[in-house]
Amino acid sequence: MTLIPHGRSTQPEPAIPAINVLWITQGLSCDGDTVAITAATQPSLEEIVLGAIPGLPKVNLFHPVLAYEQGGEDFLGAFRAAIRGDLEPYLLVVEGSIPNEKIKTEGYWAAFGQGSDGQPITTCQWIDDLAPGAQALIAIGTCAAYGGIHAMSGNPTGAMGLRDYLGREWQSKIGIPIVNMPGCPVQPDNFMETLLYLLYQLAGRAPMIPLDAEGRPTWLFSATVHEGCDRGGYYEQADFAESYGSPKCIVKLGCWGPVVQCNVPKRGWMAGIGGCPNVGGVCIGCTMPGFPDKFMPFMNEPPGAIMSSAAVGMYGRTVRALRSFTRMSLNREPDWRAPGPELRTGYEPTSYRNEDAK
Amino acid sequence: MSDSASPGKQLVEMSWDPITRIVGSLGIYTKIDFEERRVVECHSTSSIFRGYSIFMKGKDPRDAHFITSRICGICGDNHATCANYAQNMAFGVKPPAMAEWIVNLGEAAEYMFDHNIFQDNLVGVDFCEKMVRETNPGVLELAEHTEAPGQRVHGFRTIADIMRSLNPFEGSFYKEALHMSRVAREMFCLMEGRHVHPSTLYPGGVGTVPSQQLFTDYLLRLLKYVEFMKKVVPLHDDLFDFFYQALPGYENVGRRRILLGCWGAFQDPSVCDFRYENMSHFGRKMFVTPGIVVDGKLVTTDLVEINLGMRILLGSSFYDDWAGGEQFVTRDPLGNPVDPRHPWNQTTTPRPQKRDFKDKYTWVMAPRWFDQRTGEHLALDSGGGALARCWVTALAGVVDFGYVKATGHSLKIYLPKTVNLPETELEWRIPEWSNALERNRARTYFQAYAAAAALYFIDRAFEELHAGRTTTWHDFKVPDEGVGCGFHEAVRGILSHHMVIRGGKIANYHPYPPTPWNASPRDSFGTPGPYEDAVQGMPLFEENGRDKFKGVDIMRTVRSFDPCLPCGVHMYLGGGKELLLQHAPRFGASR
Repeated sequence: MTLIPHGRSTQPEPAIPAINVLWITQGLSCDGDTVAITAATQPSLEEIVLGAIPGLPKVNLFHPVLAYEQGGEDFLGAFRAAIRGDLEPYLLVVEGSIPNEKIKTEGYWAAFGQGSDGQPITTCQWIDDLAPGAQALIAIGTCAAYGGIHAMSGNPTGAMGLRDYLGREWQSKIGIPIVNMPGCPVQPDNFMETLLYLLYQLAGRAPMIPLDAEGRPTWLFSATVHEGCDRGGYYEQADFAESYGSPKCIVKLGCWGPVVQCNVPKRGWMAGIGGCPNVGGVCIGCTMPGFPDKFMPFMNEPPGAIMSSAAVGMYGRTVRALRSFTRMSLNREPDWRAPGPELRTGYEPTSYRNEDAK
Repeated sequence: MSDSASPGKQLVEMSWDPITRIVGSLGIYTKIDFEERRVVECHSTSSIFRGYSIFMKGKDPRDAHFITSRICGICGDNHATCANYAQNMAFGVKPPAMAEWIVNLGEAAEYMFDHNIFQDNLVGVDFCEKMVRETNPGVLELAEHTEAPGQRVHGFRTIADIMRSLNPFEGSFYKEALHMSRVAREMFCLMEGRHVHPSTLYPGGVGTVPSQQLFTDYLLRLLKYVEFMKKVVPLHDDLFDFFYQALPGYENVGRRRILLGCWGAFQDPSVCDFRYENMSHFGRKMFVTPGIVVDGKLVTTDLVEINLGMRILLGSSFYDDWAGGEQFVTRDPLGNPVDPRHPWNQTTTPRPQKRDFKDKYTWVMAPRWFDQRTGEHLALDSGGGALARCWVTALAGVVDFGYVKATGHSLKIYLPKTVNLPETELEWRIPEWSNALERNRARTYFQAYAAAAALYFIDRAFEELHAGRTTTWHDFKVPDEGVGCGFHEAVRGILSHHMVIRGGKIANYHPYPPTPWNASPRDSFGTPGPYEDAVQGMPLFEENGRDKFKGVDIMRTVRSFDPCLPCGVHMYLGGGKELLLQHAPRFGASR
């Protein structure tokens, strides 16, 4: 007789027993998002892969950086099987900007694997073949989401985001739009938490993932950097840093935090440590569709900040002055805390008294 | 992997495209003689082009470090730092000492993290029990009966126990290493804000706010890493020594001529003012010495000489030549002539085309170092970074800061007492060969070196803090015209950034990371790049015949260089023969 632990009843079987996660790093990328997720702990990669979270389907990860296989067809086998429909169900993660292979007559900007003609198989071809069969498509990092750094003005490859490539209206075969996880690179736990959400959704334990108009999970990207920044108090008091290395608000040194949607100052970079303006780095807007061009030159004060910081000036300076008076008072202890024979707290003892007191 | 053979021939063409467990996209195409158990020929090619040097033109020179960080997702901060060095030179600004100690602490944490995760979570899989069982069951059998000499320190009784601990995701050491890579990244984030594209680095200094809490938070994590290193060094020594013992001749795997370059790491703010005129001097005072080793001899430690010897050849890459084009810099700030093929004078013109292994087959150019003594264009490699850093620094015999001493033939690394282990002195000795196992071994020792250096830097940072010298940034003006160059060590080796400013904008910018050096194709003289060179002619020890051949010895060779191919590489072994498919690819989920 197999003994089933009593508490097992709290863990219903997932709607699907297993899911394959196929990961393409070969957009125009730096692999920084892959490296980032190895830093995650909420959850960690190994917790997902080893099945250490209740209620999840078994996760088979096919990732070029973390694979056991040496490469080539041993590794690509899963990708080819997925195209044939022999690896159901699967999620597809794409990392890196999508180059425009149509602006030239031959050659390739991004490719992996070898085709039957002996030429490299373009990343665009893999995406064309794999996207239709995917349960969901995740664009990891700003490059895959919106184009990012490699789609900067003057770029030679015509790079773009996955949604530019497949179309804004693209939906997976089960009706999930492209899930954009911007950040350059992605904040590690933001991604793993979102992956976990999608796994729960596919397991039948969570409703449709809530995404905003730009395809971002709403619970991660609705607030601005500024709304979560622990230097916001300096801004309110119009106390602005004039040189890097100051603990004050750095909006005049190039920080775009007031208008950028990102939770990094609140969450930290990893384990609550690090970040951007909260630790002295100007926010350069790396999670935004307009990144990088609309934020450059990065070290100039954003035009909007010139106006808003002037507007907050009089209020901020007044409040700061008033608070400094209050603070002076609060830094003094009440005057009844003193040695000597006399009790000055307001209590009138009836059962004791020092005769030396007046 | 796929393989194909020409009927009646002994040579088999085999390819690995993409190769896994590296950063970026690299394919390997080889031609193998299974009777002789030897690789006969090899090419290296890249499959990604992004065009940094093109889209940086006309941008604000202050943005260079923000942009170039994005070149690499595992050592982006090395690029940002190197760009800052080039900016500081071009802008004529010397950051406060506190800023340099903070950058050094951040970069030391990067070396610890990156070498650690690559060694134990990517390279380590090639030496794990599962892999050795599938490729060399005889070796695993021997490992089961071989006691590990360092077992008292690292806790694994036999070599096979070490191999089991490296099994991906399940092995205990695999998991511990992944955890420690996170601790090192926390240290990094304390100093540079975010990993891997830092938020707090600027030309002129840093935005990090120095405090007692900041440095204490770093120090206590560092001491955990120090204790970890005391176990990891004997663990890897045991593992790599065992391979020499178990497979006589293994020293020839990945062996090539000793041609090592190191561009130096960790500035000393007491001498470094970022003036080109002073670069030879402040370069030699770096806490990792820059230099070039040819056939075991130290050729130079002079960064100006290193700079002027750089040549960018196109060879088999997909670019139009710029010969006869615009020369941006004819003389360096010291008045020395600058070659038209120097990075300051390079113009990048991509020409996408079909891949042809007899002609052009890669997006990687061929950087070489011109040796004036012999007139050779040397295909230097970085030894995966750590080997060249250790070798050059040991030979130069200059470094001596208490925690590390270079003796002329070795490096002595001192690690203080930690919670469970006593104070320990490690010694890395210059090896006989530049080969796969020694590149790997150095990668472990250099983590200890970086930890020891961080102990020194944190002492200096506390000194500055307690003396009240907490300024971290100096203002500067971007000149209308100017040049700058930065020399640094990316985790996997030599890194340089060259910038030309005109009209206050970037007129030319060329970063040279280690991978273009290591992964370069045949150059204009027909000289193969280091991967090609190290794989060509190497013996094979895998017990499998060609039907089940995994190519583990070849993969150990390529990975020993720590390929990082957001710059992209493919390798090809073959001579354009008619190919027949030998066996069907293996499909399906393995995990």
